[in-house]
Formats: sequence, structure tokens, C-alpha cells
Amino acid sequence: MHGFRHRSGSRFKPEDNKITLAQLKNGQSGTVVEIQGGRRMADRLNALGIIPGKKITKTSAMLMRGPVTIDVDRVEVAIGFGMASRVMVRPDRVP
Amino acid sequence: MTRILLMGNPNVGKSVLFSRLTGVQAIVSNYPGTTINFTRGYMKLGGETAEVIDVPGTYTLEPTSEAEEIALRLLDSGDIVINVANAINLERNLYLTLQLLERGIPMVVALNLWDDTKHRGVDIDLEKLENSLEVPVIPTVAVTGQGIKELVENIPRATSPHHPPTTRDERWATIGQIIEQVQHIHHRHHTWRERLEDASVKPISGGIIALAILAASFFVIRFIGEGLINYVLDPLFNTLWAPVILKLSQLMGGGGFLHDIVIGKLIGGEIDFVQSFGLLTSGLYVPLGVVLPYIVSFYLVLGILEDTGYLPRLAVLMDTIMHRLGLHGYAIIPNLLGLGCNVPAILSTRILESKRERFIAATLISIAVPCAALQAMIFGLVGARGVGYVAIVYGTLFIVWIILGLILNRTVKGFSPELLIEIPPYRLPPWRMVLHKLWFRTYGFLAEAIPIILGAILVVNVLYILGVFDVIANFTAPVITGLLGLPKEAVTALVIGFLRKDVALGMLAPLALSSAQLVVGSVVLAMLFPCIATFVVMFRELGWVNMLKAIGVMIVAALVTGGILNLIL
Repeated sequence: MHGFRHRSGSRFKPEDNKITLAQLKNGQSGTVVEIQGGRRMADRLNALGIIPGKKITKTSAMLMRGPVTIDVDRVEVAIGFGMASRVMVRPDRVP
Repeated sequence: MTRILLMGNPNVGKSVLFSRLTGVQAIVSNYPGTTINFTRGYMKLGGETAEVIDVPGTYTLEPTSEAEEIALRLLDSGDIVINVANAINLERNLYLTLQLLERGIPMVVALNLWDDTKHRGVDIDLEKLENSLEVPVIPTVAVTGQGIKELVENIPRATSPHHPPTTRDERWATIGQIIEQVQHIHHRHHTWRERLEDASVKPISGGIIALAILAASFFVIRFIGEGLINYVLDPLFNTLWAPVILKLSQLMGGGGFLHDIVIGKLIGGEIDFVQSFGLLTSGLYVPLGVVLPYIVSFYLVLGILEDTGYLPRLAVLMDTIMHRLGLHGYAIIPNLLGLGCNVPAILSTRILESKRERFIAATLISIAVPCAALQAMIFGLVGARGVGYVAIVYGTLFIVWIILGLILNRTVKGFSPELLIEIPPYRLPPWRMVLHKLWFRTYGFLAEAIPIILGAILVVNVLYILGVFDVIANFTAPVITGLLGLPKEAVTALVIGFLRKDVALGMLAPLALSSAQLVVGSVVLAMLFPCIATFVVMFRELGWVNMLKAIGVMIVAALVTGGILNLIL
């Protein structure tokens, strides 16, 4: 990605375990790290409490690039596939 | 008069709380210059009457939709705010609470759905929350009425502590601190309800659940509708009303101008409530004996689907298909409403974001979604020829809905926005609300439909006697007879379809049509021209240009479909 710098000497590459919400597996939890996309989309997600730093769990995804359902603070939210592809999350490590 | 505003996120039970505070007499008003409605009512507060406004649900005071803009404008007109928050999801709900506090308007917080906290494993320290927010916080359960008395007692304690305006990030940081102090989440296992919730939005189990629910809805609607007709309304009309009308007919001499308008034609010396077509025969029987039972059963089932929280899940399931039609999943809701009446359905397309979606949805609804009144008549008339013919009518309309959607999606400029909705948990419907809404909608139907139906029948009879229909019938004969294979007299019904579709279909009854002709007639009638009430809302919602476009699409689609059916059947 343009303009993204690694901390030299670090053994971990933070961008490596960053995936989109659409890629997250059903039942998997993660932390939102970045909302890519326009201001308006960020505003709408913000209204639903989906902001960087928020822990979420993916409940389900419909077939054929259908909407993704996530649990945010005990509330279910459905997000269209295109939008879900622009919400970056860091998946929790499976214990 | 003190004006109290009920403000909160969508799906927090605000409207139930509103009806608890104000009782049943609520007035729905339109916000001037917009398409947004809000509800107003009155309550007693310390011996005086206060006005209560149920402000449209909003997540934030930085508006992201028209409804939220109205919420913001209404806020400026209020004296006290009751902020209704969801106790299960304090994090997000506090965002609006903090914004409201920054406004400096006296406020009380109603922490609703309080009964859910226990089994959802949410522990909230009310005292600490009150201290953090510096306003009274009252736990409530609007559905049962718990906490309402305390809430009312605490309204005079509403305060406006000094909270300086902050940025979005600062607000979330403050919320983080508050949550840290006041909320404790217990881990617990999934309940059967949550399992069912999850299953409803998974592709395969969700599809099965959707089919089961839709089939059950259809069955219940038919069962109640037919039951009311066979065991209540038909006996009433046949044993009580028919003898009265026959007597009246004799008194009026059994014929003549006035007789034909008031009672209509006697069929074999008897009253035929569908075919006689007088004001006191068909004019009362069509709205009350045929349509009303289905209006009641349809809106009862729809109300239950709405209030259990199933519809947003259906929206998620339908999203992929609806995208092909240029809409997103949420548009399934206006389309379902259209099966009751096209007027509220087209009004509800306001929940869709873009003009393009609203145009596509309104066009599809007005063409391919038959209202309950028309469906009741289709069941009555076409159903008498066999269930297969009813299936052909429905199947044709469904195919038209899909094909037309695909075409509109390709041809109308723009793109379909993405679905982003909150899915409320499943709840047992609050029966008070379900019945209240059912009464509201049934009354709305009666108040609107009966005068128009009587007017339509009066107009038909007068025009018929004057011979106007013969002129129109001869003029349009090439299309009606040549293309659609209907007798030219059927044009009368198509013209009257503009006033009322149920009445219009009733006019096909005396024409001795073959079953195939009846199917063609029903389909064309369903598709061609909206009834006048739908016409008016389409004009209001879409404007002249787009309404004329929609009507153009409608005429072409109706004639093409009718022509094809005529060739096949």
C-alpha cells in the first residue's frame, strides 16, 4: 500500500494479518482497524458503532457476494458485500 | 405547553414507550416540506398537559439521512428530551446521549429493554451511570409498562449538565471510560432464541425459515380471510341484508333509473352482491364482504412479522436477488407492504436512499404487486374457476416483477447503494401495538375505500346509462379485442380500474368470460394504471416526469404481458 512504512527491525508485519470483513470467517472475531472508503460510508458505520478499535464477531455471510452479518456489542448489523470489503479487521488469534 | 421529545436509536422500543406515555390517541403529522412523518400525543405532567413527540429514530445528530435531519430540527423545538436508550447496547446508544447532552437541553434517560439485560449477561450500575451522565437514568420495560411511572415522576428532574461540544473520537473515548465503569458483561451460552436469530440469516437455514414463514403467513391470511367471509360476512349479507334489499327493490318498482343506481340489476329475480352493481348491493359487499376480511387478515400477519423483527432478516436474505433488480434487500419491505395496499407501500419507499431506487421500487410495486383488495377479488372470481388459474395470475405477476426489475436495473442510470441495517433481536410482538396498528390500518382502509367505491359505482352506473362506455368500448376495441382477446365491454372495467381495482374486477363478472379471458383480464387490470390513490402518491413521491415514465412503462408492460398471455392460453 502506498505510503505504508514498517517499523524496521520488527519481526511482525501488522498489515499481514489485516483482512477485510468479507474475508473473515463465519464465527470468527476480530478488531476493526480501518475503514477504507468515503467519508459518507465512515459516517454511516460510525452511527452504528462500527469504528476502528471495535471488537466484532462475524455471524454469517450470504452466498454470491451477499451481505455479511456481524455482532457489534450484542447487536446484529448486516453490511452489504461491497462495504464489508472495505472494512479492514485484524482477526483474533484462535485460542 | 411543555413539549417533550422522545429521542433514541431505531429499534429501542421508542414507539411502545410513546404509547405507554400518551395512551392511544396519537396524531401522525408530516414534517413540512419533507416526506418524514412523526407522531404526536399528550400526557399529564404535574396537573398540566404536556405534548409528547415521538421523534424519528436516529443514531446521531450528525445526520446521515433525511429522518435524522428532521430529528435534529425537531430537537430545537423541544423543552425536555427523554432519551430512550437500549440497555443491551449501551456503547452505541450513549453516542446519541452524549450528543444530546452537548446540546444543553434538559434530559432524562430511559434505559429501555431493561428486562433483557439479565439473560443477555449485561450488568449495569445505574447509580454510576447517573453520576457519569449527570441526568436521571430510569430503567424501563416499555412492553410491560415497568418503570413508566418512575420515568414520568422523574421528568421534572430533567437537567442539562454542562457538557462542552467534543469531537467524534473524544466522544467514543468518553463512552469507553463510562462503559469501563458502569457495565460488566458476563459470558454466557447462546440461548435458543439467538440460535434461531443466527439461523435466519444463514444462506440455507435462512432460506428454509423464510419459505416456512412466508408459506405460513399465506396460509394464515387465507384461513382468517376465508373464515371471516364464509362464517361471518356472507351469512350476514345473505340472511340479513339481502331480504331488506329485495323489499326495497319491490318498493322501488323493480327497475328504473334510481333503482339501477341504488340496487342495480336483479339477476334471475335475486340479488347478486357481486354482479348487481348498485350502491347498496355491490357498493357495500365489495369493500365489506370481500375485501375487508383480507385487509384484516393481511395486516394482522404483516403487523406480527414487523413486530417480531423478522422483516430485516428477510431483507438480508433477499439482498442478492434485489440487487439484480436495482434495489437492495430492504426494498423487499415496501414490496411486501404493496400486497396490502400500494399507497403505504409507495410511501414507504422513502426508506430507500436514492431517487433511482425509489423510482424502480415504486414502478415495480404499482405494476406487479397486487393489493389485498384486488387479490381478494382474484381469489373470489378467478378462484371459482380453479386454483390453477389463480396460480397463473400470481406466477405471471411475479415473472413480470423480476423481468421488469432486471430491465429497469439495466436502463435506469445510477447504481444501487449497499445494504447497511441493524437487525433487532427476535421479540414476542407487543400485542397492544399489533392490535392498535391493525385497527389503524383497517380504519384507514374503510375511511378511504368505501367513499371511493361508492363513488366509482355511482359513476359507472351513470356513465353506463348515458352510453359513454359504448363509445369508449368501440374506440378501444382493436386493442382490447385484437391484442388481449377480451370482449370490448371489458374496457369499462379497465377504465374503472383507475378508481378502484376491486370494483373493476367485479365488473368482469357479468361478462361471461372464459377462464383464460378472466386470467388475462385480471393480469392486465392488476398491471394497467394504478388506482387513483396510488396515482396521487406516485405523483407526490416521484414528481410528474418520473410518474409519467412509470406510467409509460406500465402501459407497455401490461399490454405486452396481456398479449403474450392471450397467445399462450
